[in-house]
Amino acid sequence: MSEKRKELKVSAIENGTVIDHIPSNAVFQVIRILKLEKFENMILFGTNLESKKYGSKGVIKVKNKYFKPEEVNRIALVAPSASMIEIKDFEVINKTVVEVPDEISGIVKCFNPNCISNHERVKNKFQVVDKNNLRLKCYYCEKITAKNNMTFF
Amino acid sequence: MKNKSLISINDYSKEEQLEVLKVAEEFEKNPVQNILSNNVIASLFFEPSTRTRLSFESAISRLGGKIVGFSEASNTSVKKGESLRDSILTVANYSDLIVMRNPLEGSARFASEISPVPVINAGDGSNQHPTQTLLDLYSIKKTQNKLDNLNVAFVGDLKYGRTVHSLVIALCNYNTTFHLVSPVELKLPSSVKMNIKEKNLKYYQYTELDDNVIPNVDVLYMTRIQKERFSDPLEYERIKNYYILKNDMLENSKENLRIMHPLPRVNEIDINVDKSPKAYYFQQALNGVYVRQALLSLILGLK
Ligand SMILES: [Zn+2]
Repeated sequence: MSEKRKELKVSAIENGTVIDHIPSNAVFQVIRILKLEKFENMILFGTNLESKKYGSKGVIKVKNKYFKPEEVNRIALVAPSASMIEIKDFEVINKTVVEVPDEISGIVKCFNPNCISNHERVKNKFQVVDKNNLRLKCYYCEKITAKNNMTFF
Repeated sequence: MKNKSLISINDYSKEEQLEVLKVAEEFEKNPVQNILSNNVIASLFFEPSTRTRLSFESAISRLGGKIVGFSEASNTSVKKGESLRDSILTVANYSDLIVMRNPLEGSARFASEISPVPVINAGDGSNQHPTQTLLDLYSIKKTQNKLDNLNVAFVGDLKYGRTVHSLVIALCNYNTTFHLVSPVELKLPSSVKMNIKEKNLKYYQYTELDDNVIPNVDVLYMTRIQKERFSDPLEYERIKNYYILKNDMLENSKENLRIMHPLPRVNEIDINVDKSPKAYYFQQALNGVYVRQALLSLILGLK
């Protein structure tokens, strides 16, 4: 692969954040969760990229933006293996792995159709009762939403 | 406990629960006290539940309080599409405390978040019904003279019954040994069983209600098996007659055994048991009034 073609595929940023190792099918969800659609800085993203570790991955690069840990941890539900790399003057200055937070709000719908959060304008909240298997206990109806019945807003 | 909403039984610590039971005892001795005469209580029943509503309204009336509210949502602004948020904010203007029953799970928690006055959950769908749990604890304590170290059997639908779930969780504070009697299809969910395991308490599971269970327990908590839970009506017919308690089954039971039931019953306790001194379900319902009197007066800061 020539240098030029490589440049197109993984364009470097001078300052900002690289979110790496996103599952290929979750890139657009990550964009939505981090509210990047409304962002005005330059954003580069790629998906279905080759990855030695995962076979295929997605990457998002956001110019001149650094995220707070609680912001980036919001993507843990869709991209639990993602890492966040902070770049300054083309150098990596910090690298952290996404962590599942103790509480999750406004990302996932409660799976219980009879839950008040699906009927009234309520900002839903969950306590993460099992971080490994992603089991979320609704603060309102107290039912458990498991990974296999999660739907995202 | 002043101004503290009661939504879920776990909102009150063990000490707070015992405080409620203690004050309830006082009300049992002296049920008519005019301490709520300056208060207005809102009783909002978005779905009908005559039993619970009458118990609350009796508790309020015996304390001299006034009641505003409705007993079903069909002829209120809710029918016109008013949000729960607006109903609660409106009613809070007219009352010092809200008692609410609503078919949506989590509705009481939501109401307590937005309401400037405290909320008592009188049942939110299949989720919680904490005043039932407190009256059950009160009934157990009263009949056994203690709450600690008892053998308690739960019989019937242990999978869907919220009454059973909440009482099992509450009893985990008292070193209870659990005897769980149910058809395989209606076993206690693992999320509830987790509470028993976390405290390292003993529990035994049975599919039959017989002398393997009855002679060993202090409390026999019977529940109704609902037809809606079965996809196969024949299966329901088979199972519903499986757990009918009859008087002769009590032959080898302990002297102190008491039979409880959250009511209404269908056929799971034969009426020939009603005359037994061990039948306690009607008295149990009456205890609900004392417990609710205690809650109202504690939350309003009058006790
Ligand atoms: Zn919910």
